[in-house]
Amino acid sequence: MATKVVMEALSPTMEEGRLVEWKKNVGDAVAVGDVLAEVETDKAVMELVARAAGTLINQTVAAGATVPVAQTVAWIGDKGEAVPGGTAAPAAAAPAEPAKPVAATTAPSASPAAPAAAPVAPVAPAAATGGRLRASPLARRMAADQGVDLAAVAGSGPEGRIVKRDLEGARASRPAALPDGESFRDIPLTQMRKTIARRLVQSLGPIPTYYVTAEADMERAHEAREDLIARDKNGRFSFNDFIIRATAEALTQHPWVNAWWLDDKVRQWQDVHIGVAVAVEDGLITPVVRHANHKPLRDIGAEVRELAGRARTKRLKPEEYTGATFSISNLGMFGIDEFTAIINPPEAAILAVGRIEPKVVAFNGEIAIRRRMRLTMSCDHRVIDGATGAAFLQTLVGMLENPLALVW
Amino acid sequence: MANMTYRDALNAALREEMQRDENVFLMGEEVAEYDGAYKVSRGLLKEFGARRVVDTPIAELGFTGIGVGAAMVGLRPVIEMMTFNFALLAIDQIVNAAAKVRYMSGGQIGVPIVIRGPGGAALQLGAQHSQAFESWYAHIPGLKVVMPATPADAKGLLKASIRDDNPVIFIEGEMLYNLKGDVSDDPDLVIPLGKADIKRPGNDVTIICHSKTVAPALAAAKTLAEEGIDAEVIDLRTIRPLDTDTVLTSVRRTNRVVVAEEGWSFAGVGAQLVDLIQREAFDALDAPVLRVHQADVPMPYNKHLEKAAKADAPKIVAAVHHVCYKG
Amino acid sequence: MASSQASKKGRSDAPFADQYREWLQMMVLIRHFEEKAGEAYSLGQIGGFCHLYIGQEAVAVGTLAALRPDDYVVSAYREHGQALARGITPRAVMAELFGKATGCSHGKGGSMHLFDAERHFMGGHGIVGGQIPLGAGFAFAAQYRGTDQVSITYFGEAAANIGAFHETLNIAGLWKLPAIFVIENNGYGMGTAVKRAAAITELSTRAASYGMPGVKVDGQDVVAVKKATDAAVARARAGEGPTLMEIITFRYVGHSMSDAASGTYRSKEELEASRQRDPIVVLDSRMRELGMLDDAGRKAIDAAVDAQVADAVKFAEESPEPDPAELWTDVYAPEAH
Repeated sequence: MATKVVMEALSPTMEEGRLVEWKKNVGDAVAVGDVLAEVETDKAVMELVARAAGTLINQTVAAGATVPVAQTVAWIGDKGEAVPGGTAAPAAAAPAEPAKPVAATTAPSASPAAPAAAPVAPVAPAAATGGRLRASPLARRMAADQGVDLAAVAGSGPEGRIVKRDLEGARASRPAALPDGESFRDIPLTQMRKTIARRLVQSLGPIPTYYVTAEADMERAHEAREDLIARDKNGRFSFNDFIIRATAEALTQHPWVNAWWLDDKVRQWQDVHIGVAVAVEDGLITPVVRHANHKPLRDIGAEVRELAGRARTKRLKPEEYTGATFSISNLGMFGIDEFTAIINPPEAAILAVGRIEPKVVAFNGEIAIRRRMRLTMSCDHRVIDGATGAAFLQTLVGMLENPLALVW
Repeated sequence: MANMTYRDALNAALREEMQRDENVFLMGEEVAEYDGAYKVSRGLLKEFGARRVVDTPIAELGFTGIGVGAAMVGLRPVIEMMTFNFALLAIDQIVNAAAKVRYMSGGQIGVPIVIRGPGGAALQLGAQHSQAFESWYAHIPGLKVVMPATPADAKGLLKASIRDDNPVIFIEGEMLYNLKGDVSDDPDLVIPLGKADIKRPGNDVTIICHSKTVAPALAAAKTLAEEGIDAEVIDLRTIRPLDTDTVLTSVRRTNRVVVAEEGWSFAGVGAQLVDLIQREAFDALDAPVLRVHQADVPMPYNKHLEKAAKADAPKIVAAVHHVCYKG
Repeated sequence: MASSQASKKGRSDAPFADQYREWLQMMVLIRHFEEKAGEAYSLGQIGGFCHLYIGQEAVAVGTLAALRPDDYVVSAYREHGQALARGITPRAVMAELFGKATGCSHGKGGSMHLFDAERHFMGGHGIVGGQIPLGAGFAFAAQYRGTDQVSITYFGEAAANIGAFHETLNIAGLWKLPAIFVIENNGYGMGTAVKRAAAITELSTRAASYGMPGVKVDGQDVVAVKKATDAAVARARAGEGPTLMEIITFRYVGHSMSDAASGTYRSKEELEASRQRDPIVVLDSRMRELGMLDDAGRKAIDAAVDAQVADAVKFAEESPEPDPAELWTDVYAPEAH
């Protein structure tokens, strides 16, 4: 008599759990209390234990699946016992398309002559061939791990099959090609992330925002700027350019901050596109410095000024003020010491920059007057936890205080 | 450590085990006065006498069954098949008696017997003398199937087989008998059954082979290395029980597999490996598993046709190219 | 109470009174056991193939009476009689037929594969003639070890036509193995009469080809069977080699439970005629003639046997099925520690 194993409520608030890993396989003997699987609840990874002894005769869900509480995930019965209802284990499902590979496999062995060469020329992305997407099992697993959409990957195997090397390339050197050349990684929401989001939204409104503030010493940035201006009479260098450049660099190190909240997932962007808030006559617009992480300081400055100019005359194209992965609002020129900015969804954060002003501070153990600037970042807690936001700001301050890397 | 042939390694194993255990005896056609059809038993009659080195009439069914009976009451017979082609005549005794008595008797009576001799093809022996039957025996629960590829393995595995309490089908190779290699002279050194051996470590592709396909697999690996393909060569050594751990660990690392065997493809050893790999390592595969094996025809006599029919290094290289999506 | 004439005649047999009673009781046990097994088969309590020994009882009882406990016995698939005569309890045999854990092969063998290592009962074997080389193997082991054990191998007359018979008897004769090969000639290999299967129907004469004596024995007379076997055993123990015994007997039932006792291949009349020499009747009459048995004595035997068989059936019915985990055991030897 087989016994059901159901997804149990492993935390008081748990409504569903993600079956992270099976610890017993079909056919394994099971004693009462044996760990059958690891389940990620909204709080932690917990163990699902056997309530009956016997043999695990069936798993009705595969590892990775999210299952509502009380749904059957497996059956325990006698060895060889049929699963009630006759459902086959998902693992036993037949491969969809056996005929073709089989024909191919016998070729090299059955034929005494050298086998016919397999087609190796890269072909169009698999999705374009119509029909079923061809990818090796390994490639599918790698794509899932990397958050790569296989439909966008060109397969180099026979008949356009996407194979390991196609995804190694994606990871190592080039982004998986999207139609517009963009690259990102979608992170499925963990149960914990979902719970954080649900609860904070209830507390603080649609975007549960919190703020982190730090003060940067801008003396060296000041010196660097003076030097640059001295060397290049025609160049125009603003502190804001330094801030954008430093932010772009810091974001590449903190992917959780260079991210979007998309309700069912978090999208981490590979490149940094910084929206720069520009006040215009009747409001505000944020032109976007695209690929800011790849642009030198001088180009950033020129681009911001050019974009801002057109913004004020309302000559920006839509693609020039959308698609930012992070935004900066600088009210320093208005004499503001510090402020909090409002997040521009789906971006996960915005940086508010105050004025640079000389302050009396302790510096190297002495009282000194230093140029200081206060930075406040608004963070969407659904994406960025406190420690993550703080770590980012720390990186950013460090870069501004050691600006040589930004200049080159 | 001594450098010796595969033949002499087998001879040393027999000698040491007969010295160690009075219950061990050798029986078969031409094993005694002729000194062995392939000289594996050379000198044993002289050392152990006709009681323990027993010439038989040409009666595979009869003497194999007598061996099984002797094993059922506690002796440890080593039955020599002049070649495994002739063991077909004894297969009722192997399959219906040796493999099943323990089970049918509810565990009361075991059959500690070794049935050994050369299997597979040699050169131009034609269709009836060039057959690799390991998958037949490996199909049968109750039997173990052992197939050494090197002199060291031949000695260690034969000793382990003789000491094993189960019926062991121990398949050698006429073409291996003259192969030389270093062999331990430690009489206590046995190589456990059921353990594969990684004959060459590598990262890019796993070549699974046994017995006479080990040497071509290693030759193929050498060729492939020159092209930048780093092949791992796994010698199964024991077909049953199969060392699934070694196979799967390798496959999960290399993601690509070629199985090379001497026998035919249909329901062959490679088919079993493909089953294992697709079942247990599906998500590790970057390409379908390919098999290299004898052409699906009786072995022809003609030299060129025979070569074309056999599994060899160039065919293994070609299969590796396929699974690596090269050329 | 015996007549003086009987007493006089019985004088030479008198020392055997206890043996005769024992043999009679064993033959009656086998008969009743088999009748009960046939009944249980028809009730579905026994499955698969089931070959009954009714009519052949004197062969098992007479031959095995000549053996020592350390000798080896191997048979074919019609081996319930030999198993019982070798001393395997009716309980263990019946439980095995029922497929129960308490059976002599723990429920894994069934009717055709009764084993008892302790009693050197090396099995019932299901492939016609497949056990013939095994029997020679036990004899080989005895010779190898230098003991004076013998082995006895039972097979039907039809098995004498397969290759294993020839290969084995040739080797056994050549090596003078201490083996006794018993052809239980019940006249039919399934439905094929001897004369339709063998070029020479006097099967014992085949022994000449193998350098061993061939003897033909009346298989319905347990005393004759015992005497002939004694001679073969003595020869084997003395190192003089094997003997081929052709024991003529008759099976009163079909080849297996799935066919009738008479039918297309043999007539009712033939069957009835053979019953006139029922081995139990033969010994019973002889004992009565010798004053060793009367109605009361026979009744006591029947009652004792009935109780034994009823107990065996009850035991088999009440015994547990094998544990499901037993499916996986005994395929290979347990791993050495």
